[in-house]
Amino acid sequence: MSSAGQTYAAGSATAPGAKFEAWLWIAQRASAAVLALCVLVHLVTIIYAVRHGLTGAAILGRTQGNGAALAFYTLYVLAIAVHAPIGLRTLCQEWLGWRSASLNWVVAGIALALFAFGLRAGWAVFSA
Amino acid sequence: MNMLQVSVWRGGADGEYRNYEVPRQESQSVLDVVTYIQRSIDPTLSYRFACRVGMCGACAMTVNGVARWTCRTHVAKVVKGNAIQIAPLANLPVVKDLVTDMREFFDKWARARGQFAPQATRKDAFARVASDSPGRVAANAGIECIGCGVCYASCDVVSWNPDYLGPAALNRAWTLVNDVRDGARRERLAAVAGDAGCHACHTHLSCSERCPKNIAPTASIAGLKRAVALAAWKGEL
Repeated sequence: MSSAGQTYAAGSATAPGAKFEAWLWIAQRASAAVLALCVLVHLVTIIYAVRHGLTGAAILGRTQGNGAALAFYTLYVLAIAVHAPIGLRTLCQEWLGWRSASLNWVVAGIALALFAFGLRAGWAVFSA
Repeated sequence: MNMLQVSVWRGGADGEYRNYEVPRQESQSVLDVVTYIQRSIDPTLSYRFACRVGMCGACAMTVNGVARWTCRTHVAKVVKGNAIQIAPLANLPVVKDLVTDMREFFDKWARARGQFAPQATRKDAFARVASDSPGRVAANAGIECIGCGVCYASCDVVSWNPDYLGPAALNRAWTLVNDVRDGARRERLAAVAGDAGCHACHTHLSCSERCPKNIAPTASIAGLKRAVALAAWKGEL
């Protein structure tokens, strides 16, 4: 009668991409935990800079050659590159009904772009 | 006599609301109203009910825009002025009037591996499950489901993704994941993972808000997410 009954009878009741989806979920939750911390540090840094009237040059003076800042922003960028595309993927699936494999490639491309542009920005204030 | 103005969905998916006047009575349920219309005004009205006491889950309908079990919903609780609007459950195909086709809803229980998979034979002794064991407590929280479909009709994710298994089927899977006698844990977790399974839940809580049995399918689905994540981490998925 139904495809559900047949699927179960065939003994292959595994949802499509169950393992893949489970790992994406873990990755998004883990990256969210990292982001919660990174966003907080980032915001506090911005507020500090604004309240102390730091100029662009003064900020660059502190970030240039600062390995800790580079490491922090690399982690931050990595968390964004993991977190944002997974959420975007869900949005595309639910709002646009886009569920084909092409979505995964597009989203992977966005992840790489986010990571590359983010790293470039981080490197720019480190090496400028 | 005090009359209720009742607007009832008639026909299939492309039907329309028709208005009826029903005498208002004390302690009147919404199911009483529907029954009055069929028996005293229009015998062609189709609807579904069985037990009338909140056990069978057959009489769920959309009352003033909200999915409810009609036999245990007092008119006094939902009436607006003296008007009530009654429609079939959302997210399910309409057969006729207030009757929906529940096949997809129950097929999803099967797809979520809602079948108990026994490990013991008739030669084994009865399983002893302590009533205060964590698994038993977790299963207890979800086990009183009557399969009325109120949660399914209230779920936004079902309306966005027709393949989504839905709160009731996932809640059923969660009770079995916590059943120590069951032998299909791995297969069940694999069946409920993914885009059409527990990971699609957005925690809107409509199912938990509207479940007439006060079950919290959202909590069951969150439990499944954790169990699936743990299984994936251990390489058991």
